[in-house]
Amino acid sequence: MSQAVANAGIERRAFVSELLEKCPQALVVTGLGSSSYDVFAAGDRPENFYLWGAMGGAAAVGLGLALAQPERSVVVVTGDGEQLMGLGVLATIGVQQPANLSIVVLDNGHFGETGMQRSHTSQGVSLAAIARGCSFKHVIEIQEQGAVGPLADTVNARAGCTLAQVLVRADELPRALPPRDGVHIKNRFRAALGFAPF
Amino acid sequence: MDDVIESSATWQEEIFSILKEGGVRQVAYVPDAGHSHLIKRVVADPDMRDVVLTTEEEGIATVSGAWLGGQRAVLLMQSSGVGNCINMLSLIQNCRFPFLCLITMRGEWAEFNPWQVPMAKATQPSLEAMGVRVLRANRPQEVAETVSAGFDAAFQGGESVAVLLAQSLIGRKKWVGAK
Repeated sequence: MSQAVANAGIERRAFVSELLEKCPQALVVTGLGSSSYDVFAAGDRPENFYLWGAMGGAAAVGLGLALAQPERSVVVVTGDGEQLMGLGVLATIGVQQPANLSIVVLDNGHFGETGMQRSHTSQGVSLAAIARGCSFKHVIEIQEQGAVGPLADTVNARAGCTLAQVLVRADELPRALPPRDGVHIKNRFRAALGFAPF
Repeated sequence: MDDVIESSATWQEEIFSILKEGGVRQVAYVPDAGHSHLIKRVVADPDMRDVVLTTEEEGIATVSGAWLGGQRAVLLMQSSGVGNCINMLSLIQNCRFPFLCLITMRGEWAEFNPWQVPMAKATQPSLEAMGVRVLRANRPQEVAETVSAGFDAAFQGGESVAVLLAQSLIGRKKWVGAK
């Protein structure tokens, strides 16, 4: 797997953009750093909840959201570093089995925001294998852009909790900065679901 | 001891009623003996989802996600778990999520295990350092009122609140082999 990470050829922004285009109804939670930039670059929308911190928390936010909104597809777009900090929640999700939750890990094998230090996933650790061990229903390892269509179908089907490990290039792309005002993104997200501020 | 256990089931039942009547749909927890009756009641309730966590900070994020999706959720833990939550509480503060956490105290009253003590001493200051209001119930008859006040502060007033449930409420843990 570490060799696969090293040879990965997917361009992350193109992948995220096509995925979200094919999942227009999805509720999206992003892990801090590049994943937030990728989702914002694909087009800002109220159904995106961007994290700028709370590292390790993206999948858990997605879990609570997926349990609350079972009729909507929930997609967590995050990076390998962010997910590695919250490995335990994969076990928690494995217990809950939310059929509408998909975790899409953009795995470049590096901590991109902090100077491209190598992460565990380019040194022999497989998030896909961990997800299998946590009883995820669908575990998908993606090495080419062409797999985005089937992944979108899986997301839209809401037929079992999914983890997709997407092997992306360790590029340093220009940052695309989503709003950082947490109250704003919370309230507009809830408004899009029909919930008023308290 | 038996009296304490019986009393403990009573105030835990009162907590369950507050959560139930308040429309709580998700209860995330790292277990503690002091929450055991409450957790059993949640597990058995078809309108509530029990979410067992591997670490308490997951629960901070899970209850935030629940609120994003329109549901009320509550987090249960023991005091040792508070230290695991500190950075994740920035999610609550930055987004001003309504937040209610019920914390059974260890390491503060007739404690046998010294490893519980440092975090017991740091529980309230840690929460307050991260902007969480701290309420406390020391006696069984204070539990319902205190939890109810915390519940309203969170879900009516939008505050972040932790209710500390004193170790004296739970009683002495029996340690076989202790002298």
